[in-house]
Amino acid sequence: MPKYIFYPGCSMQRSARPYLDSLMAIHELLGIELEEVQDWNCCGATEYIAVHHIAAYSLIGRNLALAARQVNGTHTLMAACSACYLNLAKTDSYMQNDPTLNQQVNTALAAGGLQYTPGSVQIRHLLDLIVNDIGLDTVKSRVVRPLQGLRVAPYYGCMIARPDRVHRWDNVEHPLALDRLMQALGAEVIDFPLKTHCCGGHMTQINLPVAYELIRRLIHGAVQYRADVIVTLCPMCQLNLDAYQGEMNRYFHTGDQLPILYFTQLMGLAFGLEPEALGIGREFVDARPALARIGVELPPPEEEKAAPAPRTRRARKEKEGLPMPRMPGDEEANR
Amino acid sequence: MAAALTSHGKSAPASFLEEVLAATPGDSRLGMCIQCGTCGGSCPAAADMDHTPRQIFAMIRADMRDAVLGSNTPWHCVSCYYCTVRCPQEVHIPDVMYTLKSMAIREKLYDDSTAPDFSQTFIGYIENYGRSFEFGLATRHHLKHRLTQIPSMVPVGLGMLTKGRMDLTPHKIEKVEQLQAILARAIELEVA
Repeated sequence: MPKYIFYPGCSMQRSARPYLDSLMAIHELLGIELEEVQDWNCCGATEYIAVHHIAAYSLIGRNLALAARQVNGTHTLMAACSACYLNLAKTDSYMQNDPTLNQQVNTALAAGGLQYTPGSVQIRHLLDLIVNDIGLDTVKSRVVRPLQGLRVAPYYGCMIARPDRVHRWDNVEHPLALDRLMQALGAEVIDFPLKTHCCGGHMTQINLPVAYELIRRLIHGAVQYRADVIVTLCPMCQLNLDAYQGEMNRYFHTGDQLPILYFTQLMGLAFGLEPEALGIGREFVDARPALARIGVELPPPEEEKAAPAPRTRRARKEKEGLPMPRMPGDEEANR
Repeated sequence: MAAALTSHGKSAPASFLEEVLAATPGDSRLGMCIQCGTCGGSCPAAADMDHTPRQIFAMIRADMRDAVLGSNTPWHCVSCYYCTVRCPQEVHIPDVMYTLKSMAIREKLYDDSTAPDFSQTFIGYIENYGRSFEFGLATRHHLKHRLTQIPSMVPVGLGMLTKGRMDLTPHKIEKVEQLQAILARAIELEVA
């Protein structure tokens, strides 16, 4: 069974937990083993490098050094988050090509008793591994519930097909790996012209109108193509398009409702797994109408099933309350 | 001031262009820009920038140091790399933008502090815990800079919490001291 060293990244621990859950649910069916990088740290996203350069590369260097220690039969380091993937790949490539940077990063790593020789691990994105190593034939052989009739807009976001000129594995402006994967699952794939356009990245925290406009273009574009769902492979893209879709609609006085799912979630559904095991139901924009098209039934969201109509606002508030920090054993104590 | 940034082991710069080149790890190829404007035409955020990337590069060459570092352009760069893959001269444009951001922070030249503060709050969590902390970051950032936008962000924040997509406490890596030692040494190298 091929084994890969796996760098999950901060987003997959929480905001993109459904991405991690669905990957964990399908990886054995794909016949791969994943070994997490031990005690990995944040990759710095696009923020650390805006403040310190050498420290930003050293931050990523620590992850590379830790991964290199786990090289044992495999030297493939896999990341599923686009920003993590780009940062790892870029740092490794820059260290290979710039002896000064290599020496500086290693001087910093030495302060923590670590060392990294650039090129010791090969950094790959999950999608690249699935389509180019595991292969679409293996994927097809696992499909028990084809996504027949589901119109999917494949959305790559900006970072995964760019910018490394050496290890490029798909076209930078019109990649097809995700399109082909979705076709292998039986979905109806639309030729989405905005597939590599930006989701707004960190602009949701810096300048909301800029972010809303970028989100609007993508959602509205996919709606015009009559997509049932946008499928993505990046935690930031999913977060921006899903969690901010309601506010974007309010801002532009529009009413677009387009669910955003991870490609691993659709793979799991096609493989016959239960939606709950794939983290489905934790998205902001309800995916049930889209999934009903492929015969997937989901329980209604919490608030609908918790309180039968008619109900008063107050009663519901008392019942659910605001989410508060919880300690183990709280639930029993409050029962 | 102009000689302050020799962190990348290159000789002391004579012009702002050389200073930017020296402060950018690797070969950014900034000197190769032919002013074609493909970058600005490809940029998803260009419409909201004070200057397009092409203009910024011309201003760097013209030694317009304060105007460049006071521009919102680097802060509006979303790191999508569209410009980079389309640039006929293969200029590493986002890397140049990162350099300009760090210079503007160091010299406090960008007058709207929202974006630099966001970066600094973000890295503060990394330095203390080794991981990013979305709840702390979003809360602190909104309380400090975006009080008026808090009501419109309540649905997003509450949704994240109730859907189990945001933690209320940060996660600390085991060897956070090791990470801190590495980062401290790296920052020493930068200012050396």
